[in-house]
Amino acid sequence: MSFKLDKLTVRHLAGNRSAALHALDLDVQQGEQLALIGPSGAGKTTLLSTLACAHQPSEGALSVLGADPWSLPQAARHRLRARLFLAPQTPPLPPRQRVVTAVLAARLPQWSLGRALRSLFAPSDPDAAFEALRRFGLGDKLYARVDRLSGGERQRCSLARLLLSQAEVFLVDEPISALDPALARITLATLQEEAATRKATLVCSLHQVEMARAHFGRIVGLRDGRIVFDLPREQVTDAMIADLYENETIEAHPHPAHETPERIAVGACF
Amino acid sequence: MASLPLHPDPAWRGRLLACGLALLVLWPALVYSEFKPWLLFDPQSLAAAAGFLSDFLHPAHSLEFLALVLRETWITVAIATAGLALALLGAIPATLLVSERLSISRLGTGRVRRPAALLRQGVRWVLVLLRSVPELVWALLFVRVVGLGPTAGVLAIALTYSGMLAKVYAEILESSDAHATDALLANGTARLPALLYGALPDAAAELVSYTIYRWECAIRGSAIMGFVGAGGLGQRMDESTRMMAGGEVATMLLMFVLLVAAADLVSTLLRRRLG
Repeated sequence: MSFKLDKLTVRHLAGNRSAALHALDLDVQQGEQLALIGPSGAGKTTLLSTLACAHQPSEGALSVLGADPWSLPQAARHRLRARLFLAPQTPPLPPRQRVVTAVLAARLPQWSLGRALRSLFAPSDPDAAFEALRRFGLGDKLYARVDRLSGGERQRCSLARLLLSQAEVFLVDEPISALDPALARITLATLQEEAATRKATLVCSLHQVEMARAHFGRIVGLRDGRIVFDLPREQVTDAMIADLYENETIEAHPHPAHETPERIAVGACF
Repeated sequence: MASLPLHPDPAWRGRLLACGLALLVLWPALVYSEFKPWLLFDPQSLAAAAGFLSDFLHPAHSLEFLALVLRETWITVAIATAGLALALLGAIPATLLVSERLSISRLGTGRVRRPAALLRQGVRWVLVLLRSVPELVWALLFVRVVGLGPTAGVLAIALTYSGMLAKVYAEILESSDAHATDALLANGTARLPALLYGALPDAAAELVSYTIYRWECAIRGSAIMGFVGAGGLGQRMDESTRMMAGGEVATMLLMFVLLVAAADLVSTLLRRRLG
């Protein structure tokens, strides 16, 4: 069992500590692949970082790879984090770093400090980095600097980092948001293939509902921090999807009727 | 203004208040510091200054004197470099201790564990203490302890500058983008590798240019400490000023200009390399 969530409530760490996720129940088996869909602000990113032990839940029970991460001592929890790989939506790559170094950073939890230092001078396993990049069509960028890459290339570069990690669970936040449809298909296929060969769990948040329904066997719909449905893809209907994304928050606050364009222009000047 | 905007900026009131407060604080500061710039143009003091300054137009350039200046310059550079190197030995570990960016206990909770927070605050106070005592005072102290000569200057620079470097290094690291470091920490990377692979690539140019700027300051600082007997160009300058030998002072000042220009050049080259 990769994850077991029991009535898990997660609050924002800053501000008024309002709840981002409300009493979630979720079981994920090892090796399972599931897609997380839902409108913006539904809590997909918070859920992924909670699963990655990067966000402490406030109520309920969380079990990650058979352990309760927040009752473990800090060092053990940090070792647990090395078994999970969280790929954030914006590629976490320093612009002035070379691609090879950025990708090899996936190995840092396994490396000694000496090896990490040596790899800054001469990349420690450039062939592995090349192989990972090649699978995303970026082999020729091995020694380029990150700030020379386009947005889509950066996104795939951060996924190449995932291939090099030793993790048993991949938590991927919108991996194809900056990719064209053809690249998106290849990228998603590569991720799923890697997870399947390693028997790793893959939890992937997606805005492309069609891609989620076409490629993932299990779909979890999230809205306002609550699980709306958690079903095999055959049972997910178009009506459920429409309900999930139905926009009520914008209609709930209509603009004042007297706000004419001239009025808005005056406000913009000052 | 035609009419009040419908969506007024909530921050502007605070900004206005801050500007008003700044002016209010500045006024007594000017009064108490006896800021009277017109004194500069008093004819009597102008004449005295002109006599001393006219010597500056003819820098001393006898071969013997130049050799002396070069030797003393070398000592000054050595004091600054050795002092800064020692300061780095203290500053780098202190930076790692102080920087909250590298806290693993903060990860996921937003709060730093109490012992870690106390340690961080303790180191912060030590750094405040180190840099609140002027290097001149440290130099006077060390001249008593180790005697006249460059060693006192080196130790004084090492102590003051380790405080300054650690503070600014930590601030540079904390103002750089946290995303890369946070992602590495969240994936189980230890603190130091997360710093090396996450924060350093972007902060490196800033760190290097600040370090070289501090080296430049150390050169000026060692000149001032020369006046209290800590060796180097400053000590010679003290002697020449007492003898009102404007030409000799001019030569040594030119030497300082060259040193600072050299530091500037090195800084530019390195920044271009890292940027």
